Amino acid sequence: MSTSARDSNAVEMRGITKAWPGVVANDHVDLSVRAGEIHALVGENGAGKSTLMNILYGLIHSDSGEIVINGKSARISGPRDAIGLGIGMVHQHFMLIPVFTVGENIMLGREPVAGPGFYDHSRARKEIEELTRKYGLRLDPDARTGDLPVGLQQRAEIVKVLYRGANILVLDEPTGVLTPQETKELFVVLKGLVKEGKTIIFISHKLREVLEISDRITVMRRGKVVGHLITRETDEQAIATMMVGRAVLLRVDKKPATPGPVTFKVENLTATSDRGVPALRGISFELRQGEILGIAGVEGNGQSELVEVLAGTRRATGGRVLLGDQDVTAASAREEREAGVGHIPEDRRGVGLVLHFSVAENLFFGRERSPAFAWHEIVLRLRAILQWANRLIKEFDIRTPSIETQASALSGGNQQKIIVAREMGSRPKVLLAAQPTRGVDVGSIEFIHRRLVAERDEGTAVLLVSAELEEVTSLSDRIAVMYEGRIVSIEPSGTSEERLGLLMTGGGTGAGAA
Amino acid sequence: MTFLSDIAHLLITADLWRATLEAAALLLLPALGGVISERSGVVNIAMEGMMLTGAFFAVVADLALHNPWLAALVGIAAGGFMALIHAVVSIRFRADQIVSGIAINIFAAGMTLFLVNRIYGLQDIGHVGQSNLLPYVNIPILDQIPFVGRVLFQQNVVVYAALILLVLVNIVLFRTRLGLRIRAVGEHPQAADTAGINVYAIRYGAVITSGLLSGLAGAFLAIGISNTFVPNMTDGRGYIALAAMIFGKWRPFGAFIACLIFGFGQAIYDANSVIHVSQYLLSMLPYVLTLIVLAGIVGRSIPPASDGIPYSPGTE
Repeated sequence: MSTSARDSNAVEMRGITKAWPGVVANDHVDLSVRAGEIHALVGENGAGKSTLMNILYGLIHSDSGEIVINGKSARISGPRDAIGLGIGMVHQHFMLIPVFTVGENIMLGREPVAGPGFYDHSRARKEIEELTRKYGLRLDPDARTGDLPVGLQQRAEIVKVLYRGANILVLDEPTGVLTPQETKELFVVLKGLVKEGKTIIFISHKLREVLEISDRITVMRRGKVVGHLITRETDEQAIATMMVGRAVLLRVDKKPATPGPVTFKVENLTATSDRGVPALRGISFELRQGEILGIAGVEGNGQSELVEVLAGTRRATGGRVLLGDQDVTAASAREEREAGVGHIPEDRRGVGLVLHFSVAENLFFGRERSPAFAWHEIVLRLRAILQWANRLIKEFDIRTPSIETQASALSGGNQQKIIVAREMGSRPKVLLAAQPTRGVDVGSIEFIHRRLVAERDEGTAVLLVSAELEEVTSLSDRIAVMYEGRIVSIEPSGTSEERLGLLMTGGGTGAGAA
Repeated sequence: MTFLSDIAHLLITADLWRATLEAAALLLLPALGGVISERSGVVNIAMEGMMLTGAFFAVVADLALHNPWLAALVGIAAGGFMALIHAVVSIRFRADQIVSGIAINIFAAGMTLFLVNRIYGLQDIGHVGQSNLLPYVNIPILDQIPFVGRVLFQQNVVVYAALILLVLVNIVLFRTRLGLRIRAVGEHPQAADTAGINVYAIRYGAVITSGLLSGLAGAFLAIGISNTFVPNMTDGRGYIALAAMIFGKWRPFGAFIACLIFGFGQAIYDANSVIHVSQYLLSMLPYVLTLIVLAGIVGRSIPPASDGIPYSPGTE
């Protein structure tokens, strides 16, 4: 490689290899990022993007490989070295301390001091103001960080990185938590930063965004780089195929719904959160057989609590839930299950599975009392359980070395399929699907989406809650938007993301709020 | 009505309040240590054991060296050493911090008992001469103020030291760069690490500091308030300091207020000759108050977000 080409590369990672016990997270990975470009690093969950970036930032040490920053070979043994080289990272899970002020968070690690180590508030404020003015990133340094909306917290993260003098910014899945409007604002900010001469590495699996914002793309699959692309010359389908290793269906293929009678009715439901504050402030909707009602909303607006109340794991403080003409408002999780409510919980590892139990045991949970699987509810019929598990493993394409393998040993996608299989396998009348594809590979997403639609076509009433707006819009027959514990509107399936985004942040006027 | 008049009489004696402050200072030192340690994210329930170790080695050193100041230093170092064990186990080896703390407390009780028997045989460890105790110092002029002078300015040197440390710890935690970093590490070590802060160094420093303070408290107990070592002489004070820290919402002055309340209970207990209540009933007082505090009846107390969670880099 000629010297000039090396000079124009801000980041150059060569032959990076990192193995964990049992997996090679990065296998001779090469990445070159030109100065002043927005470079997208795409790949499925577990493809090794975050590992690669954590190596660049010094949080993880590679087993072998070379890193060259601005033409100079670099040894990065910790974040301090990375910061010294002008590398800044905006993590997927913000590295912000909720109880600190924005100013304290930004300054942390490079605090201005006066006298014998006293934190200098006024100088901190002044420096932040200068920085935010220069980049047009308005931010109140005295605000308590935890009180800010996610978009502003992310802005604080970006300012924090800039304050450390970063010229190379790594953004790990930055749009995952943002509303469409916030994403737009972020892109304006990123373009502004590039104009100021910064280099940006943008990690994402949302291909539309990658196409919109990036100049070049590096695609990773199972720890290896499988392609370098120029954004202008490629399209969504090509990237997706490269990412997954085979052609994938990006759009969900489904017929229009043929909704039957109302089977599930929620009336003026209220509930409180774990902290004792109202989380649901009067939720009402009807769910018909054979339809998917999607719930859109920024996370933390009561969706989790709603699903928990409906699944019987949280107590309602008011209102009614009717399944057919049976009142299930106060039903326990077991009673809900027996009444015909299936539940795919949002917390796969914590609630959905017992990770150190076998695949078979996880597939059988919730049926301990069924005569088919237990003799007088006391002694388990092991052979019946194994047969049942084998059937579901086949039907739901769960890739597991054996039926006795611990659930924890499976990939996220296959773990999720265990839950989906268990819940769908009981032929529920109502299926609550909360974040059904979170952290799951594209192949499994495709599969789970198809099963959800199939379930609908067989007459199940599906309630789909997802933080991924695209998932809601592509699967739902109607879309309810939740904001601050209320359903602000129920929209038809063709509603634009812009309108939904506006409703999700409390803007716009709801049309058909039930 | 003799009971009520006895109490009324007791409450207006300066000696009761003086004893309250003394008992509070004894609790305050480990409580401050606990605040520092837990603010950095390491749960410390081992103040009891660190105090006991400090007490024992202070007496041993004082009997050998006949110098209370050096003896106090030895006690402080002994507390610090016990804290170092807790730090290595819970930071380096990421063990459960509660288990480590309990182990240290049991270990300290056993070790001191063993060493007493080993070094001094089965008889008494011996008493430290009056001149070799940590002295009580009257502050000139101020000690002449009626009532207040007796309460505040005729105290042991360690009481003054504890009050100065109280102010100092508060300033360091909430006004300085170091304090900001300690709190950051206790709230969100990943955030601190990515900001270039050495999480391990901060945690080691904080835990060891808690041991030094507890060791000083032990020395104060053994060669200040008392003049000898008695097996298990800390008598649960480390745990009460822990409760004071929680009661005080992980803040130095909050912990101090709790220490005053618990110290008051102790002072009443010690003055049992004046009021005729069962001493056993009174000895329950600090523990009853502790339970009330722990049950969250007096306002909810929220610990630092990452308190008790070992940190390993590169995980989220």
